[in-house]
Amino acid sequence: MSRRKARIGLRTRLVLAFLLVAAISAATTATLAYRAARTAILKQAQDTAVSSLRDRVQRLGTSLPVETQSLREQLLAIARQGKPRTWVVFAEYGSVRVSSGTSPVSTVITPALREAALANPHGAFQRVDKGGTPYLTVAMPTVFRAGKTARPTGLVVYAVMPLNEEEIQVRAMVTAARDGAFPGLAAALVPALLAARSVLRPVRDLRKAARNMGSGRLDTRIPVKGSDELADLARTFNESAVELERTVGELRAAEARARRFASDVSHELRTPLAGMLAVTEVLDEDAARLAPDTAAAVRLISAETGKLAVLVEDLMEISRFDARAAELNADEVDVAQAIRKTLTSRHWTDPAQVVTDLPEGIRARLDPRRFDVVVANLVGNALRHGSAPVTVRLRTETCGNGPTGDHGAVRVVTEVEDSGPGIPADALPHIFERFYKADAARTRSAGSGLGLAITLENVRLHGGTVRAANGPAGGAVFTVTIPLTGEEATE
Amino acid sequence: MPRVLLIEDDPSVREGIGLGLRRRGHEVRTTPTGEAGLAAIGEFRPDLLLLDLMLPGMNGVQVCRQVREAGQLPIIMLTARGDDFDVVIGLEAGADDYIVKPARTEVIEARIRAVLRRIEEPAGRAAVEFQGDLAIDRAGLNVAKAGERMALAPSELKLLLYLSAAPEQVFSRQQLLEQVWEHSYHGDARLVDACVRRLRNKIEDQPGSPRYIQTVRGFGYRFGPL
Repeated sequence: MSRRKARIGLRTRLVLAFLLVAAISAATTATLAYRAARTAILKQAQDTAVSSLRDRVQRLGTSLPVETQSLREQLLAIARQGKPRTWVVFAEYGSVRVSSGTSPVSTVITPALREAALANPHGAFQRVDKGGTPYLTVAMPTVFRAGKTARPTGLVVYAVMPLNEEEIQVRAMVTAARDGAFPGLAAALVPALLAARSVLRPVRDLRKAARNMGSGRLDTRIPVKGSDELADLARTFNESAVELERTVGELRAAEARARRFASDVSHELRTPLAGMLAVTEVLDEDAARLAPDTAAAVRLISAETGKLAVLVEDLMEISRFDARAAELNADEVDVAQAIRKTLTSRHWTDPAQVVTDLPEGIRARLDPRRFDVVVANLVGNALRHGSAPVTVRLRTETCGNGPTGDHGAVRVVTEVEDSGPGIPADALPHIFERFYKADAARTRSAGSGLGLAITLENVRLHGGTVRAANGPAGGAVFTVTIPLTGEEATE
Repeated sequence: MPRVLLIEDDPSVREGIGLGLRRRGHEVRTTPTGEAGLAAIGEFRPDLLLLDLMLPGMNGVQVCRQVREAGQLPIIMLTARGDDFDVVIGLEAGADDYIVKPARTEVIEARIRAVLRRIEEPAGRAAVEFQGDLAIDRAGLNVAKAGERMALAPSELKLLLYLSAAPEQVFSRQQLLEQVWEHSYHGDARLVDACVRRLRNKIEDQPGSPRYIQTVRGFGYRFGPL
C-alpha cells in the first residue's frame, strides 16, 4: 500500500514540477512581454501627447495680461486637435483659471505636476489614477524668448487625457497572455507524463528486480537501455547483482562442500565400523579369559566402538537434515500406543523411572520411526541429565487465533518432565545446539551430543515445534507440539 | 543352524560379520562380488543371502533381481548408505528385509531368524484354502492362482498368509511390521508398502485396483472382502 502511494507520489511530483516550470516560464514571459508592451503603448501615448501639446502651446499666441475669453477659445482649439485623442485643456496663470471643459479647474492635476511644470520649461507629465480611470496629465509652461534664453511666462497649459483606450489594449494583452498560458500548460502535461513514465518505468523495473533478488533469484538482471543516469543505475545494479550472485554462489558451494564432507566422513567411518561392531560381541565374550589389562583394553574398545557407531549414525542423520534429504514417511498412528511402544522397547517400564499420562484415542499422522526418536531422545535425556521419575504426558490442544492463522487446528502436545534441578537459564537458549554441553565440566556424556538437535529437526520435519523450559516443580520440561495432520510438513 | 551366504566387497566387514555369525553357529560362506556370489548359490545352497548393495561390477540390486528370478531364496540387504533411495530400489527388486550398517551381530542374527521363521499356523484349518482364484496351501507353503503355482518371495508369502488368515480384518502397517517382519513397532513402513506392491503385481488381476490385498486409507491393509 505504502509502496503504491510512493509511486503515485513520484509521478505526481514529476508532473507538478513540470507544470510548475511551465507555469513560471509562461508567467514570466507574459509579465515581461506585458510590461514591455504596456510601457511601449503608454510611452507612445505620452510622447505623442507631450509633443503635440508642446506644438500647440508654442503656437499659442498669448498676450499678457491674459484675456480669459480668447484664451478659452484657443484652449478649445487645442482641445479639438488633441493627440492621440481628445483631451481637456486647462490653463493657469496666477489666479486665472481657464479650461476647455465645463469646470475651470481640473481635479486630476496634482500639486506635484504643478511644481514640476514650473521647474521644467519643456513640460512635465504624470499618470494619475482617479476613480479607477487612468489619466495622463501633461503640463506645458508657455515661454517667451529673451535673447538666447527662454523664460517662462507664468502661463501653464495643462492637458488631461483619459487613457481608457490604452488600458483596454493592455487588458487585452493580459487576457491574451492568460489565454495562451492555459493551453500551454495543458500541452506541457503531455511531455510531463511522458517524462514521468520514462523515469518511472526503469524505477519500476528496478524495484521488481530488487524484489526478485530479495526473494533469492540472484540471476535477476535489468535490461540496460540508453546512457542516461537511470541506465547507469541499472548497470550498477546488474554489476552488484553479478557480484552478489558470485559471492553467494561461493558461500553456498563452500557450505555444500562442508556438508558433503561431514556426510562423506560419516559414510567412510561406517564401513570400518560395520566390521568392528560385528566383532565386539566376540571381544566381550572372550574378555573374561584374557589377562586383566588386556581384558580392560578389549572392553574399552568394545564399548567405545558402540558409542562411535551411535555417533556416526547421528552424524549421518544430521547430514541428511542439512542436505534436506530427510523424508517424512508419515502414517496414521495411535500416539499413546506409539509412545508406549517406545518406552517398552527401551525397557523404560518401571513406574519409579517413567510415569505416563497417555489418554487413548489420539490418532495423528506421524512418521513412527522419527516420532520414536523424538520421544526416546527426550526421555533418555531426562533420565540421563535430570532425575527419575520422568513424566510423559500426552494431550491435544486447539489453536486459538494463532499467528499462522490456523484457527481451530488441532495439535498433539507431548510433554516430558523430569524431577531434576532443571536447566540453567543461560543454557536454555542453546540446549538444542549440536554438541552443546550444559555442564562444561562434563567432557562427554553418554549420548552423542546430537540427540536434542536431531529431536528438533525431526519435530520440524513434522511441521511442529519443541520447547525447553523449567517446570513449576523445578524439573526440565520439554514440550513437543505437532499438528494432528502432518500435511504442513510434506512439501 | 541356517547357512548364510554373505556377498560383501569390503574385507573387514566380510570378515567381521562372517566371524560374528560363525561364532553364533551359522555356516557362513563369503564372496567379494555379485558374480562370485551367484556362482556360489548353486554349490553352497544357502538358506539366506546377506547382500551388500554397493558392489563393484554387478551391483546388489542386479544380484537381488537375478536371485529372485531364480527362486525364493530369502534376501536381506546390507546398506551402508544413508540414502533412502537405495533401500526403496532394493525392496522393489525383491529383497525381504534390510539392515543398515554398522550393525551388531545380534541384530543381524535376529533379522536372519525373523526372515526364516514361519508364520504360526492357525489351528484347525484346512490344509488348502481357496480364496477367489487363489489356492493357499498353509502346510506346503505355496500359493496357486487358477491352478498355476506362484513364485512368491518369503516376505510376500508370509504377508499373504498373515493377511488371509483373518480375512477382512484391517492391520496397520506398524502391526504388520511387528507380526510379519518382527521389527520393532517403529520400523520402516516402506517394507510393508514395497512388499504389498510386489505381492499385488503377482496375485492381482489388476494391480491398480486390487481385490485381494486392499488398502484401507489411514489405517492399513486387509485381505478381501472378495
